[in-house]
Amino acid sequence: MDLLMPVVNFGAIMPELILSVVAMVLLLVNVFLKTEQKAYLGYLSLLGIGYSLYVVMTAWGTPQTGFSGSVLQDNFALFFKGIFLVGAALTVLIADQYVRREECNYGELYPLILFATVGMMLMASGTDLMTIFLGLEVLSVSLYVLAGFNRKNLKSNEAGLKYFLLGAFSTGFLLYGMALTFGATGTTRIAEIAKVAAASSAVVQNPLFLVGMLLMAVGFSFKIAAAPFHMWTPDVYEGAPTPITAFMSAGPKAAGFAAFIRVLMVALPTLKADWTDLLWILAVLTMTIGNLIALNQDNIKRMLAYSSIAHAGYALVGFTAGNSIGTAGILFYMLTYTFMNIGAFAIIILVGKKGEPNNNVSDYAGFGFKHPVLALVMTIFLFSLAGIPPMAGFMGKFYLFSGAVKAGYVWLAIIGVLNSAASVYYYLRVMVFMYMKDPTEQFDWVKMTVPVFITLIICVVGVLGAGIWPAYLLGLAQNAMPF
Amino acid sequence: MFEYVWLIPLFPLIGFAINGLLGKKIKNEKIIGGLGTVMVVCSFIVSALILLQLLGLPGEERHFEKTLFTWIQSGNFKADIGFLIDPLSVIMLMVVTGVGSLIHLYSIGYMHGEEGFYRYFAYLNLFTFSMLLLVLGNNLLLMFVGWEGVGLCSYLLIGYYFHKKSAGDAGKKAFVVNRIGDFGFLLGIFTLFWYFGTKFNVWTINFHELALQSHLLSTEATFGVITLVTLFFFIGATGKSAQIPLYTWLPDAMEGPTPVSALIHAATMVTAGVYMIARMNFLYIKAPQTLMVVAIVGAATAIFAATIGTAQNDIKRVLAYSTVSQLGYMFLAMGVGAFTAGIFHLMTHAFFKACLFLGSGSVIHGMHYALHHADHHEHCAHAADVDPQDMRNMGGLRKQMPWTFLTFLLATIAIAGIPGFAGFFSKDEILWQAFANPLHGDLNYVLWGLGAVAAGLTAFYMFRLVFMTFFGESRLIPEAKKHLHESHIVIVLPLVVLAILSVVGGWIGLPKLIGERLGNIPNYFEHFLEPVFANGHVAAAEGAHLSATLEWGLMGTSVLIAVVGISIAYALYIIAPTVPARFVARFPRLYQLVYNKWYVDEIYDFLFVNPCKAFGNFLWKGFDVVVVDGLVNGTAFVVKNTGGGMRYLQTGLVHNYAMTMVLGVVVIVGVYIFR
Repeated sequence: MDLLMPVVNFGAIMPELILSVVAMVLLLVNVFLKTEQKAYLGYLSLLGIGYSLYVVMTAWGTPQTGFSGSVLQDNFALFFKGIFLVGAALTVLIADQYVRREECNYGELYPLILFATVGMMLMASGTDLMTIFLGLEVLSVSLYVLAGFNRKNLKSNEAGLKYFLLGAFSTGFLLYGMALTFGATGTTRIAEIAKVAAASSAVVQNPLFLVGMLLMAVGFSFKIAAAPFHMWTPDVYEGAPTPITAFMSAGPKAAGFAAFIRVLMVALPTLKADWTDLLWILAVLTMTIGNLIALNQDNIKRMLAYSSIAHAGYALVGFTAGNSIGTAGILFYMLTYTFMNIGAFAIIILVGKKGEPNNNVSDYAGFGFKHPVLALVMTIFLFSLAGIPPMAGFMGKFYLFSGAVKAGYVWLAIIGVLNSAASVYYYLRVMVFMYMKDPTEQFDWVKMTVPVFITLIICVVGVLGAGIWPAYLLGLAQNAMPF
Repeated sequence: MFEYVWLIPLFPLIGFAINGLLGKKIKNEKIIGGLGTVMVVCSFIVSALILLQLLGLPGEERHFEKTLFTWIQSGNFKADIGFLIDPLSVIMLMVVTGVGSLIHLYSIGYMHGEEGFYRYFAYLNLFTFSMLLLVLGNNLLLMFVGWEGVGLCSYLLIGYYFHKKSAGDAGKKAFVVNRIGDFGFLLGIFTLFWYFGTKFNVWTINFHELALQSHLLSTEATFGVITLVTLFFFIGATGKSAQIPLYTWLPDAMEGPTPVSALIHAATMVTAGVYMIARMNFLYIKAPQTLMVVAIVGAATAIFAATIGTAQNDIKRVLAYSTVSQLGYMFLAMGVGAFTAGIFHLMTHAFFKACLFLGSGSVIHGMHYALHHADHHEHCAHAADVDPQDMRNMGGLRKQMPWTFLTFLLATIAIAGIPGFAGFFSKDEILWQAFANPLHGDLNYVLWGLGAVAAGLTAFYMFRLVFMTFFGESRLIPEAKKHLHESHIVIVLPLVVLAILSVVGGWIGLPKLIGERLGNIPNYFEHFLEPVFANGHVAAAEGAHLSATLEWGLMGTSVLIAVVGISIAYALYIIAPTVPARFVARFPRLYQLVYNKWYVDEIYDFLFVNPCKAFGNFLWKGFDVVVVDGLVNGTAFVVKNTGGGMRYLQTGLVHNYAMTMVLGVVVIVGVYIFR
């Protein structure tokens, strides 16, 4: 009897391996550190992230498969891994100041961020529904803990628990969808599913197959916070510790898109007509609900939560288009969104006080006079979010919408543009407070640590650089398209 | 010199960077203001050199594109950071940098001692940079970047006195209204891009390439894609250039400092819409229906804003409505295919309206100073509460401010359309083209009639302004009157230059009729612009079928109307100043209606603003709160008030969130299974 050894290729998961090893080392080191020394864990994890990023960059252009084809590290996966690593690094940089202030300086923070990143990376490079599910669970479990990380704070606890309950619920849909797809095709390999479906029209017409696709779409929609599966977002974003909110709004959302794109485009092209309709509706709902509700939010974290819902809607526009520029636009958008959103959250951390009693938009009154440079930086991020040129956000939206126009979805692009015009209002409100209102009370001089300073510089350079010279990044994103 | 065109926007950008970053440290007003001004003057010099070089070339070679680098490249789509030099953009360059330099200089005097002096100059330089980008951009996207940039600066400068609530609100209003216009602009870009791409397989947004392709289009007799595209762009133009229905922000924008009103809200930014249509003339000429809409909106705005201008008492508001009305003329010109005439009026208007605004600034400055100083006297402690912008508090100022008066008078004569002055030539050209163009059939006579009546109203309200401000008895409290004096030389100097331009600026575009009489002087302006509007001229043929007698007759009529307008103003405000009050008392409703700007703001609030707010509130409170929590609102309320946070979250919201998800799943799957 021959035992078939699976083909293992550790090269295909090298970035994941590095982070996992570093994370485990950190867990061990953590035991020996005093509370005020936990920042060393941050530096160590930055080293790990840096090395992983280096591996990602050198692997560019050389796709590798591993584990009998259940992972594929192609340019698509690599681009997303880059986004996750940048997001993780920026989060680690802004976390220290926050956890010290909130007195929740527990060492587990850094390993959890790294494990979550490993999960995201597996989602991006998974070419088997099981790998994707595995990645998603690694990510989600870490995030549940991270959302409730400030365990003495009631709101943070609430966020963690809510996220856990709803996340587990949505995972059920996803898993059910995967099971149905498996039932209809007899395989969980993404490429195999496509082959089976292409070979036989009976499979395509099987309702199991269709419902499987729909339920998977629901599961992913939850991850990317698309309406009507967005309800958790505002509560969780508001309650979670601010650096974690920043983290969640960037990487995990991108990971959801990575898996969503790969599953629909590679495994289920036979159902393209069906899922395009679905994405169209999700895109319109997500943009519109996100933007309209954001108009009335006073808490800035909550406002940015609804704004992030709206941004997922814009990305869905590019996804609906399904062409090269639209899909590459998503990659571009996710990366630049990481810069602008984490940048904005970094400012929120700086302005916040212990227990975060001052997260309202009105707490930014007079900020522009007290801290002109920080306010300018915040303005850059807000403008980018609003999609005003020459910031990166404008270019991103431009790619997404022009992709939709090129694919013939002119109306979708029109709704998108209309939405983004409406969104200006609530970003502008923050600026009105910053520049046109007198401070309500004497607020303290903001203390800024070096890591946060570095974060802001990286984010500003990212937002402006990708806005003024977008060609390079977009070129990379287009090279990352295997479809 | 063409190679160095990038220097033109670079100078103000440097000025912005230095003043914006270091201005707070520099503190010295002379250095900050001087730097800001010198940077724009440098741009002006480069622009002038480019103009000279352009004049040295034969007409058909007057087109040059300088590409700095490729901005966006994706597949077959490409957009450059590239600058376009042709007669049209060079005229705009001269106006923006020329008038801009004068206003920067003026601002040094006007803004003296204001808090945030550096901020003002940084914004003003940033504005100039954006405006130059808008003018020079060789593709729609780059133009859009400039378009957004000027909007942003306009917003920042309107809200400059942010501690005044009205200023902040006005800034917000300008921004929001402009976003509606920008939305139209973006839709236009997308639709045009898509249409040319699918029709000709040319995916481009470069003006020159678009113009080349548009030769292949046939004129759209019925409503088609080009009509739609041009209408989208026109929506953009109505926002930026304050036309019906999006004009409401401009009068409110007068909350900004007066030089800002002169530069942004009279001479340059608000003309961006006109420039954009002129730039896209090759498309508009293919869509006669859009042209008709443009012409009607332009003529309607011209007369509508003019009526409001007759009843305002705030000196800057009169000028604001006058600007809206004059912009209406420019759009009327665009709408009848007289692109040259529209750009000509854009230029002369920049001269005389900048002069008028700066003159009003000089008056306000003087009034403010006088009232402020009178306030220190014991027996008129409330002098500072007197509105220095209200013409009812002025009168007889010509004695104290002779230079301001003289320059203001010259500019007023120019705008009123008295022969020999700049405004006459450009306005008369527009009216003649409105009458004689072959595009709109009998509608022409209506357009001409509206334009002519608006011209009469313009003459009336402008001279009303002059008479109320500079003539008659002073209505200022005597204590304050003692402190009135002429403004500083840096304020007067730009006024003099602009006044001279308001007089002679029109002579480069003499109408053929007059030019022939004076010994065959050609219309230099028209010849210069000819290559840009080569297409346009075919449609707006000179109306040669009409006789010279008719043209003389129309010219005479419009002059007569202007003289009548001035005479009425003279009769009402000099000879019998009590009549207006009696008129108001006799027709209070009509007066209130006009004084309150036909209640358009209130109507917009009722129709759009309030419903939008309500809808947003409904979605938030209605959808998320009522529908989501509503099912167990009672429970949640009880739990919230009795139990701790944990119990609240277990029984309350999560349940409902999950419920919504299930509903979503059921609907999605149901629709797909049973469709």
